[in-house]
Amino acid sequence: MRRFVAEKAKRAVSSYLLSSLRSHPSPSLSSSPLKFYSTAAAMASKLNPPVTVDSLNPKVLKCEYAVRGEIVTHAQRLQEELQTQPGSHPFDEILYCNIGNPQSLAQQPITFFREVLALTDHPALLDKSESAALFSSDSIERAWQILDVIPGRATGAYSHSQGVKGLRDAIAAGIAARDGFPSNPDDIFLTDGASPAVHMMMQLLIRTENDGIFCPIPQYPLYSASIALHGGTLVPYYLNEGTGWGLEISELTKQLEEARSKGITVRALVVINPGNPTGQVLAEENQQQIVEFCKKEGLVLLADEVYQENIYVDNKSFNSFKKIARSMGYGEDDLAVVSFQSVSKGYYGECGKRGGYMEITGFSADVREQIYKVASVNLCSNISGQILASLVMNPPKVGDESYESYMAEKDGILQSLARRAKALEDAFNSMEGVTCNKAEGAMYLFPRIHLPQKAIDAAKAVNKAPDAFYAQRLLEATGIVVVPGSGFGQVPGTWHFRCTILPQEDKIPGIISRFKAFHESFMSEFRD
Amino acid sequence: MAKPLDYESLNENVKKTAYAVRGELYLRASELQKEGKKIIFTNVGNPHALGQKPLTFPRQVVALCQAPFLLDDPNVGLLFPADAIARAKHYLQLTSGGLGAYSDSRGIPGVRKEVAEFIERRDGYPTDPELIFLTDGASKGVMQMLNAIIRNENDGILVPVPQYPLYSAAITLYGGSLVPYYLEEEANWSLDFNNIRQSIASARSKGITVRAMVIINPGNPTGQCLSEANIRELLRFCFLENLVLLADEVYQQNIYQDERPFISARKILFDMGPPLSKEVQLVSFHTVSKGYWGECGQRGGYFEMTNLSPKTVDEIYKVASISLSPNVPGQIFMGLMVNPPKPGDISYFKFEQESKAIMESLRKRAHIMTDGFNSCRNVVCNFTEGAMYSFPQIRLPARAIEVAKSAGKAPDVFYCLKLLEATGISTVPGSGFGQKEGVFHLRTTILPAEEDMPAIMESFKKFNDAFMEEYEDYRGYSRM
Repeated sequence: MRRFVAEKAKRAVSSYLLSSLRSHPSPSLSSSPLKFYSTAAAMASKLNPPVTVDSLNPKVLKCEYAVRGEIVTHAQRLQEELQTQPGSHPFDEILYCNIGNPQSLAQQPITFFREVLALTDHPALLDKSESAALFSSDSIERAWQILDVIPGRATGAYSHSQGVKGLRDAIAAGIAARDGFPSNPDDIFLTDGASPAVHMMMQLLIRTENDGIFCPIPQYPLYSASIALHGGTLVPYYLNEGTGWGLEISELTKQLEEARSKGITVRALVVINPGNPTGQVLAEENQQQIVEFCKKEGLVLLADEVYQENIYVDNKSFNSFKKIARSMGYGEDDLAVVSFQSVSKGYYGECGKRGGYMEITGFSADVREQIYKVASVNLCSNISGQILASLVMNPPKVGDESYESYMAEKDGILQSLARRAKALEDAFNSMEGVTCNKAEGAMYLFPRIHLPQKAIDAAKAVNKAPDAFYAQRLLEATGIVVVPGSGFGQVPGTWHFRCTILPQEDKIPGIISRFKAFHESFMSEFRD
Repeated sequence: MAKPLDYESLNENVKKTAYAVRGELYLRASELQKEGKKIIFTNVGNPHALGQKPLTFPRQVVALCQAPFLLDDPNVGLLFPADAIARAKHYLQLTSGGLGAYSDSRGIPGVRKEVAEFIERRDGYPTDPELIFLTDGASKGVMQMLNAIIRNENDGILVPVPQYPLYSAAITLYGGSLVPYYLEEEANWSLDFNNIRQSIASARSKGITVRAMVIINPGNPTGQCLSEANIRELLRFCFLENLVLLADEVYQQNIYQDERPFISARKILFDMGPPLSKEVQLVSFHTVSKGYWGECGQRGGYFEMTNLSPKTVDEIYKVASISLSPNVPGQIFMGLMVNPPKPGDISYFKFEQESKAIMESLRKRAHIMTDGFNSCRNVVCNFTEGAMYSFPQIRLPARAIEVAKSAGKAPDVFYCLKLLEATGISTVPGSGFGQKEGVFHLRTTILPAEEDMPAIMESFKKFNDAFMEEYEDYRGYSRM
């Protein structure tokens, strides 16, 4: 109370001083005599500024996102030191294995996609005969097709808030071809990457902290961050590391009961398939059980399917949850499914474009209206990203001029990813105290490190989680950046880290040897 | 069994949110368009949708960045000028893997440096690229800042009335309170500090902590360019009342009169010197969507923070990192906008020509529209000094208001729907932006092509004058 009165008094004094200044107007305050003013200034500077960390939205303060967290900031510092003081570290370069950002590690974009995007970004090229010499004929044709569905061919105009209708038609057709079940273009919302679509759904679903969202543990921390930002409660379900990160309905049931007993209304179930960070591809049977569970318990199924094109094993394939539901005979009236897809992953890896969509099914018209309304506040997603999403869902087909080169690029990337996944998996499994499940899909390995007690104690002594301690030591010894498992969630008392499979293939042997050398020396230091 | 997500169980804040720019009128216009009616969409500041052509140079640069293999082709010079080629190489070098890699979550450092240099050239004061964050359009930046500031419904944000409804929508979505302050239509939509003081006092008496003040300069929908004196008083006000100033300056390139050129809030703040320049917290927003660029579809924008503590900046950075990064092509558009071709560059002449033509035409259209509205019965319109809109006041006859109410519609919505059905002109009713009780407006853009303007204004006049004739009482009976 005293502080409040004191602040009011300070302001009143300042106000008085300023108004007396006003009665002696001068062209600029800085040139007027400020004897009185400096007193006010001294007082005013003690006022609490309107925006400080203490007065920020507590949900903002609470949320975390380890993928670009502390270890990355540290790595960036070291990178600067490498430039300003060469030789200051036992490595020449920082290797960012923390983030699924393929093109930052020299993965090449798909030529056909980029040809079409260049043409739609600068349609004047299509009027020039010289373009035929620089662009494939099917990319020119596709660019025309795309421009024809954009009103006025204006790629710089805001589109419909769900995205250009003609592009949604193409995406719906691509979904139908993939799944064998129809898709409605009006169910599709094109967004700046999949992440904004996830945020939109959280915003709709979460009313108070008594609304819970089921998330896999380990999970991609967009989910935990988004739930925290929107003031909800994350309800965990643990994936079973011992069975290749299997998802068990018994675990879901148990966690659901527990959440409900605490008064939490569980609104939705997030499934990431293929998994991030865990890399498992769900078996069809498993998916059916999940669909049944959601239907029975009245949960919206939020299916993060951004890694649908990253599958490295022959005995598994991608099935969208919508396809599974429809093939079980479940329609719009039976359950609500939202599928998220992105242009950032797959073999195209176009992270910087921010392209993606969500396909929403099973919602009533008035709910859909609200979803549209929220989308409209931001007007629309970037058009170039929308175009790319339509290309990803409708790539070149047999007979197209670009088909063979496209397939060569695609297969080259996917086969290389599979090889790198295997090489790193084997390497991790060969390390003392490290076990690593296979990466059946996605872009990551999530090995478990059985840390000796001495290491755990050393970590505690410096106030760090043991896996963060390990990751920091790794960084300082080798320049390799991984994300500690605590950033994703894990069974308490277990430690992991997430490492991408994205460094170029020729760098992998070097990474493996440096990692092994570090690990041996770490274990020598801390072995019980 | 009840659906897991039905209307009743939606987040209340979502249900309360309104955004008229793509609301009822727009949806009705879209329906009519599907039925084959010719619609002139003047509901949103979307220049390219109404025939404005993109500037050539930026499109050339970004096309080359999309397809870097073109740079290796010996024939590239046939399609692209040398300076576009050089600039594409420059931007590709600044990225960490081309357009397809996530950048730094705050945006590409090299582009942020270009933005900082632009701000310094414009204002004469240096700024720190670390305090400039690129975003997917200015709207995302506004939403991020409001989300960071608003803790609960007791946090109030001062917003001008009329306002661009992104602000009201975002405040509602984030559960805060909108504290309105009315712009003075009779004084050219200028700031009325007595009114602002009253608003803030009234809010505080209800237990609201007013945290921030939004200013849109040039104004949307109102089009006024604030005077330097107004901005100075505004900054002093924020200092005294302990408010962070959110300065929406996205229309800074759209100025159609010479008496009040654009001066950024930051420049004036620094002109005023300490203590204000060291204490007043300011966030300034800009975009590639407006100006003479009009590249709405690219979603390129930035915000610049002044006098926010490093810890606060860190928290905002943290939230930005959850979305990984803004789209890289949009960032390059921003770089090009703040660092356009210079005299002597190969593309300079064409770039200047294209830009000038657009600006001159916008200025003309601002006049055509204002004059056109002022020639209509019961319509009064302030001049569009800046931005992209005209916001005429429609003095609706009492009977029209009655008929509207019995049809369950706000009077200006009723008028705008009739206008749409009669002429195909799709506007946004003033109630979408806020207005004084009993005073009605509509917002239209000045963006339809210059050659179409006279016919559009004629069509409007015809409809309006007939509407007024129909609803003005003394004519009533004999017409029936």
